[in-house]
Amino acid sequence: MTVAVLSGFVLALAAPWLVRATGRAAGWVTALLPLALTVYFGSLLGQIGAGDALNVTHSWIPALGMQFSLYLDGLGLLFALLICGIGTLIFIYSGGYLPNDPHLGRFLSMLLLFMGAMLGLVLADNVIVLFVFWELTSISSYFLIGFQHSRPEARAAALQALLVTGVGGVALLLGVLLLGQVGGSLELSTLLGRGNEIRAHPLYLPILVLVLLGAFTKSAQVPFHFWLPAAMEAPTPVSAYLHSATMVKAGVYLLARMSPILGGTDPWVALVTTVGAVTMLAGGTLALLRTDLKQILAYTTVAALGTLTMLLGMGTADAARACMTFLLAHAFYKGALFLGAGSLEHGAGSRDVDHLGGLWRTMPLTTAAAGLAALALAGFGPVLSFIGKELLLEAVLAQSPTRALLAPAVLAGSALSVAAAAIVGLRPFAGTRPDELSDAQEAPASLWLGPVVLAAGGVVLGLRPEILAEPIVTASAASVLTRREVADLALWHGPNPALAFSGASLVLGLLVYRAWPTIRRSAAARTWWLSWGGPSRWYELGLQALSWLAESQTRLLQSGYLRLYLIMILITANGLAAYALLARVRWQPIVLQPAVQLHDAFIGALILLGALAAAGSASRLGAVAALGVVGAGISLVYISFGAPDLAMTQFLVEAFTVILLVLAFYHLPRFARLSGRTARLRDVVIAGVSGTLVAALVLLTTTARRDSRIAEYFAEHSVAAAHGRNIVNVILVDFRSLDTLGEITVLATAAIGVYVLLRLRPEKGSTP
Amino acid sequence: MPLLLAVVIGGLYATALYLILRRSIVKLLIGLALLTNAANLLIFTSAGLTRATAPIVPLGSDRPPAPFADPLAQAMILTAIVIGFGVLAFMVVLVHRAVQAVGTDDLDDLKATDT
Repeated sequence: MTVAVLSGFVLALAAPWLVRATGRAAGWVTALLPLALTVYFGSLLGQIGAGDALNVTHSWIPALGMQFSLYLDGLGLLFALLICGIGTLIFIYSGGYLPNDPHLGRFLSMLLLFMGAMLGLVLADNVIVLFVFWELTSISSYFLIGFQHSRPEARAAALQALLVTGVGGVALLLGVLLLGQVGGSLELSTLLGRGNEIRAHPLYLPILVLVLLGAFTKSAQVPFHFWLPAAMEAPTPVSAYLHSATMVKAGVYLLARMSPILGGTDPWVALVTTVGAVTMLAGGTLALLRTDLKQILAYTTVAALGTLTMLLGMGTADAARACMTFLLAHAFYKGALFLGAGSLEHGAGSRDVDHLGGLWRTMPLTTAAAGLAALALAGFGPVLSFIGKELLLEAVLAQSPTRALLAPAVLAGSALSVAAAAIVGLRPFAGTRPDELSDAQEAPASLWLGPVVLAAGGVVLGLRPEILAEPIVTASAASVLTRREVADLALWHGPNPALAFSGASLVLGLLVYRAWPTIRRSAAARTWWLSWGGPSRWYELGLQALSWLAESQTRLLQSGYLRLYLIMILITANGLAAYALLARVRWQPIVLQPAVQLHDAFIGALILLGALAAAGSASRLGAVAALGVVGAGISLVYISFGAPDLAMTQFLVEAFTVILLVLAFYHLPRFARLSGRTARLRDVVIAGVSGTLVAALVLLTTTARRDSRIAEYFAEHSVAAAHGRNIVNVILVDFRSLDTLGEITVLATAAIGVYVLLRLRPEKGSTP
Repeated sequence: MPLLLAVVIGGLYATALYLILRRSIVKLLIGLALLTNAANLLIFTSAGLTRATAPIVPLGSDRPPAPFADPLAQAMILTAIVIGFGVLAFMVVLVHRAVQAVGTDDLDDLKATDT
């Protein structure tokens, strides 16, 4: 199983070379991998369908208790089969859709990466592994949407999808980490059995909200639905694969997976059902306001995702079965419709239903596939989605408290699907062919194979549900319900309320379709507020606000003036030091020993006066002289308190400094009073406060404990171990000789720097 | 005595920081030189002041007569003094070249030239 998950990533690395080697057949060749995986997962169907689950664990980061673990049960198997099965057709289709694209290798590589990530996502047992794959699908989706990267719309759409799903991903990460804390395990297979404890925990609500946020953004639920239609900038096979059949269903997968752990409570039912129902209606309505085939399909996908979410929110056995059946059916017909739209674009050169018509004669195979798939979208005929829709209606009608609310919503939603199906299934093919389509032609085999197989698959599954659909739905619904009930799927359930509802939705939908041109005209005038105050507008405003915030804080903090940076550092340091000194330190009596003698006072006054003179001097030489006085005063302090070595060094260095400065200042500009009065006053205050705090710090150090065992050690071993009598010198050249080596290196570096700077002339003729 | 030195060190820090905040780059240099001295004195004082003997072992003995000044702080300051001088020398030359290249000693003008 691990090999199955990772094979996509491996082939993704090799894809560009593969494309170079195989040329136009690249799509067919790469499709072999998903085909093999489909066979592999299909072979597990019997075992998993009987209620077994496979578990594989590899040690990943043992120090952190992290495992790379996979878990395959009915739900995972359903998704894995969809990912690989539809993936096979998509790879074949991609080869035909982008035959001469120089970046076909990159495209197939990203598509394989996505497939691997998606497989990992639905098979992950460890929630961290799940999150990693979840993010990988977002990232590969970003690259695929922005595949035509020379177009600004594609780039913007890719970024939008990445940001919206990325925010959800962060929420999901927080959610699953909390879940791991509360549930005591990061393994889903373990958490599945601890639902009751988790639901009773006080942190349940935050976990629920965070996980739902992740699922809703990924599955394009209102109000995050806007990224999905925008993502239609992607090449059509991507739209078919990622944005209808698989990736957007990752959110649905998450909801289904989490149902046994988080589901069934009042907040879950209320939130998930409501958001799903609203999304279903919003998607269905917005679909009717578009004329681009892919846009219409994108909104019907939003509606379908809403329906799935709503069903998972209800949480009954009927609903779970309906959800899984509908999910399977939707992947087939929506994939077929998207691919059909791509074939139309390829053959007829347009995706706009207003410009298409009468193509059934020239593109018979595409017409047949799209027609069957449109029937499935409407939910009628001998197709699997009819069974799904009947189950959906039964599930809604069976629940008495929600029936009153949800039944009308589902009726409206179904009617809207019927209308959308009529638009995409009838308009481009029926009627008379416009003149500009006279050179339209049927697509090549790689382009009609996908839609035909998918559409036919929906019919086969619908006619003989007991062969494939029943075991899969039974097994996957069992994962959601944590108990096994055989799903009895049949096309004909006999006359019942659900059938009456279906009939009503068909009539309503056809009425809507007849009125479609009128609806579009009047809606165009009434939906102006959507672009002005809709969710996508919030997204834009949020993005603008973020960059404005970044810009203004940069302008505020990064002024470019050295002084302002220093002032900021000083104020921060002073503030922290003052807080520590006043609030955190318990003052001991200050030690005033040894007492001040007369010459000490004299030296102190000398240093202070020298410093003031250096600060206030208007002449450069005066300042240097004052600096020398300060240095000399300090070496006197060193002498008075038992540090003759320091005094000597200080004296020497001070002399050097004065000489150096005097020499250098000859070449430096004169002092000029550049700051204004206020600036000087401000700096005096800041410097004064800093000085006061340092003085307080000095006094504080006198109260600290003072029994230096290090000094004692050096005194003990200076003669014995190092044979030197001047302990300071011994420390420098023996005990800490490596430090001294470092010091010498610094000096050498500075010397080299000085030399280079003096030799390096910016331009000839300038004096050094 | 610590009180007196506290005032001296505080005064040194205040004047050094005031000079560092000036717009003239030459004053900044002087400020840095003062700041080095102030920091050394701060370490020296916080290691404990004593008028006792220097940490030197007299001939014929194998350890200095107690009490003696803390040799570790002295060793660190010795290093710091020398490094401070190296840094100052480098700074002086750097400032010299910068002023030569840019033609101003006003730090606010230097801001404009690097953009």
